[in-house]
Amino acid sequence: MAEAPSDANRIATGARDRVRFEEEALALSDQVYRVARHIANSREDAEELVQETYARAFRSWRSYQPGTNLRAWLLRILTNLNIDRGRRNQRAPQMQALEANDYFLYDKLADSGDGTTDEDRVVERLSQDDVVSALSAVPHDFRDVLVLVDLGDFSYQDAAQILDIPIGTVMSRLHRGRRILKRELAESVAEGDS
Amino acid sequence: MTDIYDEGCAHCEEMMQPYLDHVLSDAEVREAERHLQECDKCRRRYRFEESLRRYVRLAVDEQMSPALKEKLSALRIPLD
Repeated sequence: MAEAPSDANRIATGARDRVRFEEEALALSDQVYRVARHIANSREDAEELVQETYARAFRSWRSYQPGTNLRAWLLRILTNLNIDRGRRNQRAPQMQALEANDYFLYDKLADSGDGTTDEDRVVERLSQDDVVSALSAVPHDFRDVLVLVDLGDFSYQDAAQILDIPIGTVMSRLHRGRRILKRELAESVAEGDS
Repeated sequence: MTDIYDEGCAHCEEMMQPYLDHVLSDAEVREAERHLQECDKCRRRYRFEESLRRYVRLAVDEQMSPALKEKLSALRIPLD
């Protein structure tokens, strides 16, 4: 019959598991920051949020189930902290009509400029600043989903779990968020032309 | 040049986002690709959408500062 592990052994195993958890979590910090940067409103907010996330993760590491998606678990802590901290005080989005079809930005970029319609080149008419400010102009509920799926490469299912919303809501917010982003980008083209 | 935008294009447009997200069924993927083979306009627009997604990712990508990385490391709970 196997002997019950001694207390000292149990403590050693626990410490080893914790250290492994911390290392795995830290190895994901670049990816966590990338997403956090655009869920938060500024770089400073993102840095604070990531620190709070890791502090909480290290304290409650036992509630993480080994073998499940650690990156999603960390992002879930992060999005909850972001809500708790009231950093989402942006006004509710105005439900103004979005352009009827999904292609208006392409049409706009292709119609203006030097006449190039090459798909890879028309996007280059957008400056990096245009893209960054267009993304930050997308209201939070839509941006959170957009950032998780399009920048963080999370599946619809993962995004639903992270944000604790139904998958259908993920899909509709993603769809709308992408359209809002394109509308913002199209507006930056119009401003650049005037 | 007259743009021909028919029902096939409208359906193709509906499938564009899920196609690029890889969430269509095999049958739907075949259907979209059949239309894309025939329709230059839709093909160009799909390509644009892909380019745009790639471009946005690159444009907004921001690395974490080394200082923050150190701070995170320091948050680890010391061994007793």
